[in-house]
Amino acid sequence: MMADDPIPTNDADPAGTTTAFDVAAAVRAGTVTAASLVERDLAAIAAREPELHAFNLVLADRARAEAAAVDALVAAGNDPGPLAGVTVALKDNMCTHGVLTTCSSKILEGWKPPYDATVVTRLRAAGAVVIGKTNLDEFAMGSSTENSAFGPTRNPHDPSRVPGGSSGGSAAAVAAGFSRVSLGSDTGGSIRQPAALCGVVGVKPTYGYVSRYGLVAFASSLDQIGPFTTTVADAALLLDVIGGHDPMDSTSIPQAQPSLLRAIEQDVEGLRVGRITDLPAGADDDVVERLELAFDALRDAGAKIVDVRVPAFSFGLTAYYLIAPAEASSNLARYDGVRYGLRIESPDTNAMYSATREAGFGEEVKRRIMLGTYALSAGYYDAYYGKALKVRRLIADDFDRAYQDADVLLTPASPSVAFPFGSKGDNPLAMYLCDVYTIPTNLAGHPGMSVPFGTGADGLPVGAQILAPALGEPQMFRAAAALERAMTKELAR
Amino acid sequence: MTTTVEDSTTAPHDPTTWQLVVGLEVHVELATATKLFSASANRFGDEPNTNIDPVTLGLPGALPVLNEQAVELAMRIGTALNCTIQPCTFHRKNYFYPDMPKAYQISQYDQPLNVDGHLELPDGTRIGIERAHLEEDTGKSTHVGGTGGRIHGSEYSLIDFNRAGVPLVEIVSRPDIRTAEQARQYVTELRAILLAVGASDAKMEEGSMRVDANVSVHHPGEPLGTRCEIKNVNSVRSLGRAIEYEMRRQIDLLEGGDRIRQETRHWNENDGRTHTLRSKEDADDYRYFLEPDLVPLAPSAEWIERVREAMPLLPAARRKRLADATGVEPDSEAAMVVVDRGQDDYVLAVGHLGGDLGRALVHVKEAYAEQGPEPAVPAQDLALLTNLESDGRLTATQAKTVLAELVANDGGDAEAIAAAKGFEAMDSSALETMVDQAIAANPDVWAKFVGGEGKAMGALVGAVMKASKGQADGRAVTALLNAKRA
Repeated sequence: MMADDPIPTNDADPAGTTTAFDVAAAVRAGTVTAASLVERDLAAIAAREPELHAFNLVLADRARAEAAAVDALVAAGNDPGPLAGVTVALKDNMCTHGVLTTCSSKILEGWKPPYDATVVTRLRAAGAVVIGKTNLDEFAMGSSTENSAFGPTRNPHDPSRVPGGSSGGSAAAVAAGFSRVSLGSDTGGSIRQPAALCGVVGVKPTYGYVSRYGLVAFASSLDQIGPFTTTVADAALLLDVIGGHDPMDSTSIPQAQPSLLRAIEQDVEGLRVGRITDLPAGADDDVVERLELAFDALRDAGAKIVDVRVPAFSFGLTAYYLIAPAEASSNLARYDGVRYGLRIESPDTNAMYSATREAGFGEEVKRRIMLGTYALSAGYYDAYYGKALKVRRLIADDFDRAYQDADVLLTPASPSVAFPFGSKGDNPLAMYLCDVYTIPTNLAGHPGMSVPFGTGADGLPVGAQILAPALGEPQMFRAAAALERAMTKELAR
Repeated sequence: MTTTVEDSTTAPHDPTTWQLVVGLEVHVELATATKLFSASANRFGDEPNTNIDPVTLGLPGALPVLNEQAVELAMRIGTALNCTIQPCTFHRKNYFYPDMPKAYQISQYDQPLNVDGHLELPDGTRIGIERAHLEEDTGKSTHVGGTGGRIHGSEYSLIDFNRAGVPLVEIVSRPDIRTAEQARQYVTELRAILLAVGASDAKMEEGSMRVDANVSVHHPGEPLGTRCEIKNVNSVRSLGRAIEYEMRRQIDLLEGGDRIRQETRHWNENDGRTHTLRSKEDADDYRYFLEPDLVPLAPSAEWIERVREAMPLLPAARRKRLADATGVEPDSEAAMVVVDRGQDDYVLAVGHLGGDLGRALVHVKEAYAEQGPEPAVPAQDLALLTNLESDGRLTATQAKTVLAELVANDGGDAEAIAAAKGFEAMDSSALETMVDQAIAANPDVWAKFVGGEGKAMGALVGAVMKASKGQADGRAVTALLNAKRA
């Protein structure tokens, strides 16, 4: 494949239209109907969804109707938009008007939001077809989807293993071909880690790049929506559509962002790729091996590899597990059984609150609410939450220094390939360590993405994580596209 | 009203006086078109739960967006209260209550918008303003059944979220208030300022202005006493009563050898007492932290300057202006009342039209209570009336009658009204004749008057008035009587 043509096509598909890029082009050109492509995806879902459980809800009828509307536009000579006919699966913590939105929690039982998240509005306006709501760890708290109240999602590459999390359903949906693309949310690695484990591209943009309006909050200062795709170009296409200022989200970045599709037209000649020399140890050998090959690939493509230090990186996990639960304890206090969602009837109102929360929240959610409430409490605030904020500042400062010498940084996305169900046992700390390489970026508000870069143990996917400074998406995507091209070459050999 | 209470002799160990110390926390709802963080209407009295949206209801995924008009009004308040307007942040105040749908209130904590100001009472006393910060209001709960409208023991509760998210400014005074009367004056003056700058309609009875009082007592020169916060004060009058009751309660406790427990107390209008609501030990831990859904707010120097330049003349300055023009004291009743009604510009206009300012002030104060800041009677008409008086063509009594006609008819020609009523200026010889007749008819009274008995004057004036059927000018009669005695 030529360097100026980074969009791989899948010859196995008769229509040759598996990527969002190709689907949109074909539908807009009128050579393939959105309706037929939706049927293809629904057939894939029918075949494997019972085994994988990527979805909490498949919106077959709605998807068909939306596809028909897209086709009607094309037939009438109108352009449905840059995502014409592209099926998209939404992590089930994004609000969809009149459609169940559960966060994979019992507490939101029966709740249908009276509004669409901004990303949903933008996707539809671009011609995309929402095909379903995907499974997640309850309220996005977890790294395996094992914390879903509705049962785990299975990894399409090996159904005995987890897809990662918390956006496991969205990662699996794209990996299994259930939808062309999907959206996840990443608070501490919840897009990048499952992307790595499922062998797809996953992007956590700069904080504020994509509107959070309509994303059910876990930790508001860390949450960010981003895409899962099979190609880097698709991720760029999707971010170009869903990114940009939203007046409904005060933390959304006011400035317009440059097109990432444009950015990946540029190679990595002269790009400075940083190797964090004091990165916390703990990654498995197969992952480390693939990462070394990724450095080699970028060097071969013309990038310059430089050593940098990010000393506070290793404190990220600890700070995160104070800050994120603290915000969660506040964000989740509204679920009380009064206005919406689950209600366990009880003799009096206080008993109703308790019974509803006891039944409605899972163990991990309760654990984090407790942790966060404690960290914010009078007498403990300074020692815990206050200190964590200082660490957060340190991490950002350390990254800033590193980015004086490097344009992007390269690390593993996950310390290991997909692990078997139950293998982290009842040890929450072991599970928390899954996000050791992804969390610091969230604390700094920086972008990061995972790009599939070959396979490790048992032939399972390994993801290379590219990190960049705030609004460094263009160079991050350039590096990602270079890794993708290198993989295409490697696979062709 | 006493400012200090003399220690009773039953406390021989401490023969000094008690000093009351009060700080006030005033919440005012801002007169914005929409809520603090959403586009729902900010309107009092609508059908319950009609001015709502995902943000107001705290629905999952909804996010707050700060209302610029609310910031502007808060800045006006800060400017009017001589505060420094500074870069500020928003925090979450976490507590669980059914009328707070997010289970936290967005408020300002350690970096409020307005700090370090003061308010001057009409007598010139300065009360420090610690801060005036922005926050959102809660919904309104109505607890049905049970006692006293409390949630505890009620059968069910109704919640109206129309008020949830309405912008509030909380104005926190320093503990500089020393008497209940000062507290009343503070609230009255603050209300006048809020109305003047258009920040709020500041109606205590509708809850758009709510006052909590922190009350303590101590001996002057000693550290401040333990304070109690008094809530549920719904009028300026109640504020004074509640503070006086609470002061007495605390003094009685201290003199009985007890100590004051820091607590929040509820003012009961019916029994005229304060009652324990919750003690400090039961106080919520609000777990404040920076609101991650909002960004810091740093009003630009240009914005602050624009607000400053657009400041209207504040009540104190208006009273002074009116006082200077009319010759009364700035804290005289007439100046206070007329400025409070916003009718000072009108009085001054009467002066500009050549009318008599002193008479205009009195007429407006007496007869314009039902009129707004723009009285229906044209200033020109009142000017003419005051001139008829000044020229001696109408007596004060006649002028009052004509004024009543002007007010009843939204204006009119004072001269024509006077003519129609048969009011004729009495010429001075006719008046003198009447005075002489009154003296002649009441020789005893005249003797007393000459002997220096002031009361006697009234009887003589009364006699002249009677004889003239009320047409005589009382002042002219008085002058004539004094002249004749001399």
